[in-house]
Amino acid sequence: MNCHDFSFASASLKALGSGALWWPDEALLCISDLHLGKSERVARRSGQSLPPYETHDTLTRLAADLAHSNARIVVCLGDSFDDLTAAAALPDDIRLWITRLQAGRRWIWIEGNHDPGPLEFGGEHLQELTVGPLTFRHIAAPDAQGEVSGHYHPKADLQARGRRISRPAFLCDSNRLILPAYGTYTGGLRSHSDVLGRLMQPKALAILTGPVPTCIPMPR
Amino acid sequence: MGLVPDARSAILPHMTALPRKFHDWFATKGWSIHPHQQQMLDRAEAPALLLIAPTGGGKTLAGFLPTLVDLAVAPHDGLHTLYISPLKALAADIKRNLTTPVTEMDLPIRVEDRTGDTPASAKKRQRADPPHILLTTPESLALLTSYEDASRMFKGLKRVVVDEIHALAESKRGDQLMLALGRLQRLCPDLRRVGLSATVEDPAAIAHQLARHPDPCEILLADPGPAPDISMLTTDEAPPWSGGGAAYAIPAVLDQIRQHKTTLIFHNTRAQAEIFFHNLWLANEDSLAVGIHHGSLDRQQRERVEGAMVRGELRAIVCTGSLDLGIDWGDVDLVIQIGAPKNVKRLVQRIGRANHRYNAPSKALLVPANRFEVVECVAALEAVRAGALDGDPRGPGPRDVLCQHILITAAAGPFDATDLYEEVITVGAYAALTRAAFDACLDFCATGGYALRAYDQWQRLLQRPDGRWQLRDPRATQKIRMNIGTIQDTDTLKVRLKRSRGGKPLGEIEEGFAASLTPGDTFLIGGQIVRYEGLREMTVEVSRNAAKKPKVATFMGTKFATSTQLSARIIDMFQQESWPELPAHTADWLALQREVSQLPRPGRLLIESFPHDGREQTVIYGFAGRNGQQTLGLLLTKRMEEMGLNPMGFVATDYATLIWGLNAIDTPAPLFDLDALQDGLETWLAGNAVMKRTFRASATIAGLIQRNTPSARKSGRQATFSSDILYDTLQKYDPGHLLLDITREEALRGLVDFGRIEEMSRRVAGRIDHLKLTRVTPLAAPMFLEMGRVPVKGAAEEKLLAEEAARLMDTAGIADITPQPSNRPRWRVGY
Repeated sequence: MNCHDFSFASASLKALGSGALWWPDEALLCISDLHLGKSERVARRSGQSLPPYETHDTLTRLAADLAHSNARIVVCLGDSFDDLTAAAALPDDIRLWITRLQAGRRWIWIEGNHDPGPLEFGGEHLQELTVGPLTFRHIAAPDAQGEVSGHYHPKADLQARGRRISRPAFLCDSNRLILPAYGTYTGGLRSHSDVLGRLMQPKALAILTGPVPTCIPMPR
Repeated sequence: MGLVPDARSAILPHMTALPRKFHDWFATKGWSIHPHQQQMLDRAEAPALLLIAPTGGGKTLAGFLPTLVDLAVAPHDGLHTLYISPLKALAADIKRNLTTPVTEMDLPIRVEDRTGDTPASAKKRQRADPPHILLTTPESLALLTSYEDASRMFKGLKRVVVDEIHALAESKRGDQLMLALGRLQRLCPDLRRVGLSATVEDPAAIAHQLARHPDPCEILLADPGPAPDISMLTTDEAPPWSGGGAAYAIPAVLDQIRQHKTTLIFHNTRAQAEIFFHNLWLANEDSLAVGIHHGSLDRQQRERVEGAMVRGELRAIVCTGSLDLGIDWGDVDLVIQIGAPKNVKRLVQRIGRANHRYNAPSKALLVPANRFEVVECVAALEAVRAGALDGDPRGPGPRDVLCQHILITAAAGPFDATDLYEEVITVGAYAALTRAAFDACLDFCATGGYALRAYDQWQRLLQRPDGRWQLRDPRATQKIRMNIGTIQDTDTLKVRLKRSRGGKPLGEIEEGFAASLTPGDTFLIGGQIVRYEGLREMTVEVSRNAAKKPKVATFMGTKFATSTQLSARIIDMFQQESWPELPAHTADWLALQREVSQLPRPGRLLIESFPHDGREQTVIYGFAGRNGQQTLGLLLTKRMEEMGLNPMGFVATDYATLIWGLNAIDTPAPLFDLDALQDGLETWLAGNAVMKRTFRASATIAGLIQRNTPSARKSGRQATFSSDILYDTLQKYDPGHLLLDITREEALRGLVDFGRIEEMSRRVAGRIDHLKLTRVTPLAAPMFLEMGRVPVKGAAEEKLLAEEAARLMDTAGIADITPQPSNRPRWRVGY
């Protein structure tokens, strides 16, 4: 079993081990912070070369999730591209691949701070999206209700019999749900950080990604 | 220089007469020429010569005498002799020592050194107007050969002297040097090569590396001098069960320092040196002048210690291998080795260096750091007495070094592939290199290899219409030059005292260690305890701290594996009825082990299993050396994972591997099937951290990854990260990539040391003694205190996570509130 079932704002959701969020009732798959083209941007800006193929890797995982779920709606929750230049510089085979993934689905690009503004990829480009009780946006807004966001790349860690285990994690309380970053090469922000501590209610939960997604009280 | 008054004036027939000037100079000094110095002079025209002589035997002068005589009688324009040493400090030292005879005999000879520390202006001048004798290092020489004007600079070069060749021959630095000599030999066909070496187990192997293949290389053996006086330091207090600090021996060591003029105290790792130095000062009531010297210290600090040592101001120096080579040790009359020597040859060479008096035996003491090392030290002493040096034959020349050589060649100008291939196979280590293997390296240099050919940054060479190869972008020369060298520094961070404007530099710590620190942690560096304040850019900021004990043990250093030969001696010792040669505490310990379990036996493999600490423990006494035991741990835990035994981690020492996990091992035999282990090796190798580390080293040498430069480097972690992912990428998309092939080859003979596991497997041949016990055994006990435990992330981790999550949710009282138990997943997602 590699999804964790939970309910949020009266929607029945599944946190997948890959870091994607699956909403069966709407056949909606949501992923956040793909950061496609990251190595290209890093090379462009700092001269450091990260190895290639990370975009390939991210899309391979996404393709698997799409194949298994057969999602009708895909919501990319922002920072899908590492920046607009990186989006424009993606090679043709990658663009073709994204187009193939989009075929037959409603595909929504939510704007992120890394990729504000329209992209030359098919699909809808939105600031935010509301479906039933849930609102999808990139960065968590104050006093939000039923909000699904990304941006922070949360991860959580715990000690189990002396072993420290640290993984990207979903964070969830009664008002918001924050998704882990889905892209390869995306670091993480510990749930202990002040900003996440302030954002999440005291009884928040963390769902660790991995072979068996596991729910724990959000470590702080 | 090692010229010594010597009563045995050796007059040999048919010897090349020493010019009058030299004869007189020797006479005024009251010296006579050593036989091996005369022999070197007699064979000055030999294409290659290897001299094996003890330290203090006038070895360096023996190497230079033919040059000095030649230059004295026949003036020469430009570079005459190139001297290569493994250490910058040694080059500077030799320059000082050569200046004496040159000025005193008024010889028309200019001597200069050239290392990374030489000012740029001097370097430039040296290229335009080279001295007669140039003293340099393999890296500086490689750099010189990368310039377009190399052929002009080396024109007329007659001799090359490679000092401490035994040290170079064991590493890639030696391979790089010999490739550079191959190049020089093409420029100067009559070049004569001379190698100077300490005592080694296989002189012929070094001769093969030194000479132009297939030229012969004569080996001259100087009088080895008297046997060293070496024994184990006995103390009233017994050594502890584990650890490498040897703090127990401090009073006895201080006693020895008092009784001798200058004592060198060697440690196997920097960390141990730091801790020992710290403890030594706490106990140093007479305030004896004691210094510390190791490779992580700031250069200025090291130079200060070296200076004080030469001036005879220090009574003792706590040091590591950084002081092993060549530096003039002054009047050292005692060498103390803390911790088992691990390797008999290194011990003998180290002790040999201590004595500059040719005819007196050098004196050394071994101090075992723990109970097991008592046995190891006694075994090493026996080996020294038996004259049994250990060593493993080196494999063929490494291809990553060849890749770098190809790029260096390209930096100097267009080249013909066949010419270069023919030049490369004149190097002994590369004599068996096939043309196909060479072409694969050339292709890698040109394109980066199949998976990377779409990426511009790795397209470096192109073939010109005339068939020769050249750099695609001439600006690449700078990158290539910056990347020259084969020494792999682990990524280190500078440590400074925290001040508003950047405090005093204290030295460096390994990045992995720095990453493990949290503000407030205290650790040792340069003999003082400091408090970690934070990381600022690439510098670790610390403040002084008055604590008595550092909170965090320390940073890592080089760890050597106990050699095969020494390990066999230890197992043999275990078979004795009793151990009169061992101190009572150690003999009793072995006797107790024999009583409650058994001692490892030759030709058999002892495995003990027992519960401890809430986990099932298994100890495998393979005696395969630290790296081999480490690999064994990785392979066995992988197999255990497959068999559902939930291993959680392991730790390895030179003699055993301890594995702990959730399940007990009932029948170990199937785990040890060599074929299965080998299969496991192939798949395991692919995703292993050791491989990634090896890959990183080879990829850097071969020029796939740029060596970190201070400006380009944001954090070493980033570089590790990117080389790791590059490795994974190649594994996935181009598993046949040249660098993966090189990595496998390197790892198998290096860090993975699978050879030792095969050796163990042959030795044991399926004869396994598995003992199921109820508690920790005497021999196993020290394993629980070992550092460097390796966690295994597998099913056990998922179990622990589930267990801990359930506990947390339960404690928080929210177990039944939010997450609804799923009825059944409708589909599965590949993670």
